[in-house]
Amino acid sequence: MFACRKVFTETLLQLAQQDKDIVAVTTDARGSVTLGDFAKALPQQFVECGIAEQDAVGISAGLAHSGKKTFVCGPACFYVARSLEQVKVDLAYSRNPVKILGVSGGVAYGALGTTHHSLHDMAVLRCFPGMSICLPCDGRQTEKLVKVLVDYPQACYVRVGRAAVPDVYEDDNFTFEVGKANMLMDGKDLTIIAVGETVYHAKQAGIELTKQGISTRVLDMAWIKPCDREAVLKAARETGRIITVEEHSKCGGLGEMVCGIVAENPVPVRILGIPDEDAIHGTNKEIFHHYGIDAEGIVKSAKDFCRK
Amino acid sequence: MNVKELTLQSAKNRKRLMEVVYNAKAGHIGGDLSCLNVMTALYSAIMNISPEQVKDPDRDRFILSKGHCVEALYTVLESRGFMAPSLTNTLGQFGSVLSGHPTIEVPGIEVNSGALGHGLSIGVGVAIAAKMDKRNYKTYVMMGDGEQGEGSIYEAAMAGHQYKLDNLVAIIDRNHLQISGNTEDVMALDSIDARWSAFGWDVKEMNGDDMQSIMDTFASIDFNNGKPHLLVSNTTKGKGVSYMENVASWHHGMPNEEQYQQAMKELDEAISQLEN
Repeated sequence: MFACRKVFTETLLQLAQQDKDIVAVTTDARGSVTLGDFAKALPQQFVECGIAEQDAVGISAGLAHSGKKTFVCGPACFYVARSLEQVKVDLAYSRNPVKILGVSGGVAYGALGTTHHSLHDMAVLRCFPGMSICLPCDGRQTEKLVKVLVDYPQACYVRVGRAAVPDVYEDDNFTFEVGKANMLMDGKDLTIIAVGETVYHAKQAGIELTKQGISTRVLDMAWIKPCDREAVLKAARETGRIITVEEHSKCGGLGEMVCGIVAENPVPVRILGIPDEDAIHGTNKEIFHHYGIDAEGIVKSAKDFCRK
Repeated sequence: MNVKELTLQSAKNRKRLMEVVYNAKAGHIGGDLSCLNVMTALYSAIMNISPEQVKDPDRDRFILSKGHCVEALYTVLESRGFMAPSLTNTLGQFGSVLSGHPTIEVPGIEVNSGALGHGLSIGVGVAIAAKMDKRNYKTYVMMGDGEQGEGSIYEAAMAGHQYKLDNLVAIIDRNHLQISGNTEDVMALDSIDARWSAFGWDVKEMNGDDMQSIMDTFASIDFNNGKPHLLVSNTTKGKGVSYMENVASWHHGMPNEEQYQQAMKELDEAISQLEN
């Protein structure tokens, strides 16, 4: 188990020690991001902006415009709300290849409530030309992602959670390609497509469903943009039905994206996510369970879905 | 260019600006005219920039934070050879590369802008990068006075001070008018210089309608004083066209043919006087 934010910043520090153009920017969040070691080791490559997300994104744009490989890091909820206009104009529209690391995304802050949740990030950022979106599911995938992002030529939003998460990938022997989904297990009755921390739950559900006689394919859709349309279409063709799982509002996220992809040759799709309401207060785990996006909830939904 | 030559260049830019805006039937002519002198001075005399240098890492950078005044920037860039007149003439045409706000598609334009309150933060980032790389280029950011209502500017003001960005020059085009009327009626700026001084900036005032004052003020900047610089450029909205001066409705008003002919006559006269 690894905390993705920690893997992200440790990998970034290792790379930055070899590349003086890598710069980390933050907003009084070096603790929550786990950038403290970076700030101590490479103060000349670290920019503290104070609690000022709009400024941090604008400054990051200026740094990237000047050739710096810039990572602006802080709680996801603020970067995709408070500074959204700067993300839209100064990063995406201006084609400044800044990487946003949004930590404690989704409902990771649990009972801190709606102010600290970022259940709209995929929906909003999908509409920005020039913006990529990736939600890694575990530590190993996060490490590969950071290495890809350093020289990735456009802006990219990365959302990770807060706590350590179980491994989806048990060793480093897996491919990680921009815009490609990974098939974690194959099946013929149903495909579960998941993103971010729900991928682990989807995989567990897939194992359980297969045991119970529902042959299940599981796709890790880490890249929401660019997304792997072919993998979705293939899943629709070959398994005939799809369940999507996301720690995100059901509005505009993975589920609606998948529906859009299969719309011309439709198959039944069931979307599991957070309904259009303020998320119930509780721990991250309790919230996942409440909305049925943990393994138990996915299995339950899948069995019901396959009966129909 | 000396002051006299710059004044003449600015008068010519003013006439070309009027032509461009009239033909495009689009633009923010009032603010274009108030900031044009400073932009002419920057591109023709102050900044280390030329069409051959648009990717030179040591070039000076200009960011038009009040992006709606892009027509003034197009005119200045055209006068310096960054863009051909045939390109400028496409403004307002369907599919033109030119937008009503700056875009990086245009040679010489550094950043996309137009949403107010963004430029200074970007300028701070560019200036920090210069310090990191030990490069001597300067960064100039042009803001509007109405734009001073955007809170993000003050986040950038704090960062500019924190990082001692004496290589950064912000300019406020202080024409006292915004779209709804006098700035002091819409949201008072009070003593703008005291505000920026309190943020730790090195503040200077100048007469942005007068090229001598502009050049003297830029020449007086101490780029080694450890402080970012803020120039309050006192100007006249609609400068150079009698019926536009100090009238808020010319923020983005469009002259009819008769008004256009009058404006061109006045601008021609100004050029003739300077040439004689």
